[in-house]
Amino acid sequence: MHSKAPLGLKVAAGAGLLFLHLPILLIFVYAFTTEDKSYQWPPPGLTLKWFAVTWNRSDVWEALTLSLKVASISTVIAMVLGTLCAAAVARSSFFGRETVSLLVILPIALPGIITGISLRSAFNLADIPFSFWTIVLGHATFCIVVVYNNAVARFRRTSGSLVEASLDLGATYFQTFRFIILPNIATALLAGGMLAFALSFDEVIVTTFTAGQQQTLPIWMLEELVRPRQRPVTNVVAMVVVLVTFLPILGAYYLTRGTDTVAGQSK
Amino acid sequence: METAVRFDAVSRIFGDVRAVDSVTLDVHEGEFFAMLGPSGSGKTTCLRLIAGFERPTSGDVNIFGQNSTNIPPYRRPVNTVFQDYALFPHLNVQDNVAYGLKISGVGKAERHRAADEILEMVALGGHSKRKPSELSGGQRQRVALARALVNKPRVLLLDEPLGALDLKLREQMQSELKALQRQLGVTFVFVTHDQGEALSMADRVAVFNDGKIQQLDAPQVLYYKPQTAFVADFVGSSNVLPPDMVARLTGRSVQASLRPEAISLSDTGLEGVVAEHSFLGANTRLKVDVSRTQISVLLPKGAQIPNDGDHVNLSWDAADLHVMAGDNE
Repeated sequence: MHSKAPLGLKVAAGAGLLFLHLPILLIFVYAFTTEDKSYQWPPPGLTLKWFAVTWNRSDVWEALTLSLKVASISTVIAMVLGTLCAAAVARSSFFGRETVSLLVILPIALPGIITGISLRSAFNLADIPFSFWTIVLGHATFCIVVVYNNAVARFRRTSGSLVEASLDLGATYFQTFRFIILPNIATALLAGGMLAFALSFDEVIVTTFTAGQQQTLPIWMLEELVRPRQRPVTNVVAMVVVLVTFLPILGAYYLTRGTDTVAGQSK
Repeated sequence: METAVRFDAVSRIFGDVRAVDSVTLDVHEGEFFAMLGPSGSGKTTCLRLIAGFERPTSGDVNIFGQNSTNIPPYRRPVNTVFQDYALFPHLNVQDNVAYGLKISGVGKAERHRAADEILEMVALGGHSKRKPSELSGGQRQRVALARALVNKPRVLLLDEPLGALDLKLREQMQSELKALQRQLGVTFVFVTHDQGEALSMADRVAVFNDGKIQQLDAPQVLYYKPQTAFVADFVGSSNVLPPDMVARLTGRSVQASLRPEAISLSDTGLEGVVAEHSFLGANTRLKVDVSRTQISVLLPKGAQIPNDGDHVNLSWDAADLHVMAGDNE
């Protein structure tokens, strides 16, 4: 239903959006300021030198690489396990199916701090030293949920007789997965993977509890706020984080949009 | 004549439901075989046992003399037309049809040519590049048929393929399917709950109820000589006369079936009261109460139609009263 909104509503909506997005714009502006001691407004001058400074800071590169590695590996783990789990829950019925479904979703419903604390004490109890892999495990817990949710919805909308039809036409189970299942769930998987990547990339709370000495990019930024040196470097990094997390989410949105028709359903 | 499919005391049990209960049957090569029954009677499970989607709990399924119990669906010389067609939504019509050929390693140009050829045969030439979602129900049905037939199966399984079509299209497809089967000589196993469909198309019909075959015969035999009360009622909407009534008429205490159109009104014969009448076009159907049984009578056009509540006498040729050898419960 389309109708003309009253002026007051338009103004209120505009103000709300400004309130949400103006601060982000400010972060971007300060990445170009010439004055780095007190963040004076308006900036006395604009410069690109902070990009060069950031480029030469090895701690930024270390944090960025770590974050990218953690996000990539957690996403891959989540895509494999999340898809398998979704296939099991959507396609077969077994004892405790609903429970499994709930337990998989639980990590994202729980506050991150609970996940973080429980993982930390679990790692301690099991005498697992905190490392790159403990961060990956921590991130995978909530990345699986995103992939699972996307995949299970697509599986439910894909007619089960497609698999039987493929088998009937001579395809083995592997061929059926390759030629029939994968093309039908690919966009959902990609979207789930992108969301998982973005979630992992800017995660702070679980990382705090599961990391040892390593600093992911968001942790590095927190640290910089407390003990700043060359403050606008943080702003430059913030811009990078926004781009790295925003682009996949945008991509996921475009991939899953317009797929409301049920695959394999006859009308 | 070779046996295409043989069931040897096959049962399929889901939990405590005997979906298929010790079924034994033979499907001859080249025949049009129908499995007819109400929903839940086990006919679709039988089809899935032939396709290999189900395994028998006990008994053996043989396909062309080979015990197929442990052969996966993708290695059986059968193809299926699914009830919901199960066309691959991400492939166009041509690639849907060519899928089986692609899997068996036929080159691209060759399989596309074969697909187009069979699409021509089912009157869908020129639709190769469309997606299944752009087709009507009848067209999808033809694509599903072409996709199965292009692999030259030795047995074609059809799971209520006409169920989703409207009446006119269904009648057209019935005669087309029949013609296609004659032309190709492929064994068709056709599952349906529509007795008219089964009787008009099939060479032989297996009537299923509660996981068991009630009767396996040619359509005419099922219609005129039903062996059980279920077959008489389900296949031909025949009257089933209870043993006590048959005892009064013939002296034998058994169930008997009597076709509604075999009965005429006369001055003598079985007495009854007309309960209701309905005009069916070429015929008029009377429901006549005779003691505790209601007997259905089909009067031809031009016959005198009595009023509801009138006393009438029913008579028939002694040969039309068919004593049923089957269940006499």
